[in-house]
Amino acid sequence: MNTQQKIQEQVNSHPVILYMKGTPTFPQCGFSSRVASVLKYLEVEFHSVNVLEDDEIRDGIKVFANWPTIPQLYVKGEFIGGCDIVTEMFQSGELKQLMEDQQLL
Amino acid sequence: MDCQTITKRILNALPHAEVEVKSDDNVHFFATVIDDGFEGMSRVNRHRKVYQAIGDDMGSAIHALALTTQTHEESQ
Repeated sequence: MNTQQKIQEQVNSHPVILYMKGTPTFPQCGFSSRVASVLKYLEVEFHSVNVLEDDEIRDGIKVFANWPTIPQLYVKGEFIGGCDIVTEMFQSGELKQLMEDQQLL
Repeated sequence: MDCQTITKRILNALPHAEVEVKSDDNVHFFATVIDDGFEGMSRVNRHRKVYQAIGDDMGSAIHALALTTQTHEESQ
């Protein structure tokens, strides 16, 4: 299985998955920390992948999403965005609505 | 890397946009891009368009670029 397939499988097997630097308990980057905090605040269950532990995933996820940075949030297989998009959606109420619509809340 | 370079690159790809780029450290940048061409585009696709305009420096010389992308109507 190549990296793209591996990522596709990860994204398919977790309804909410966050690719981040570090872990939700020990984030290694302010932007990653912010997205993890938003998800925790909303009490959404999510799986996280620490890209710092795997260079292939770290590079592969940028190709997968056609998106140059980490963190990356996926909901039901769809790429939602990075820190600024997630923060904007959180502040407008769209993120909570999305989670409710997807029956994740 | 600096704000002027980023502004220029965005304007190259989006010549009718209003662009404002700020930074305290020339490593973390905040850009607001207002362009009616964003109409109907998801946030993800709007951001992708701006990232493409900036090119390969994303992720290296530009450690972080926080974007706000809006049409003129949305910015009111």
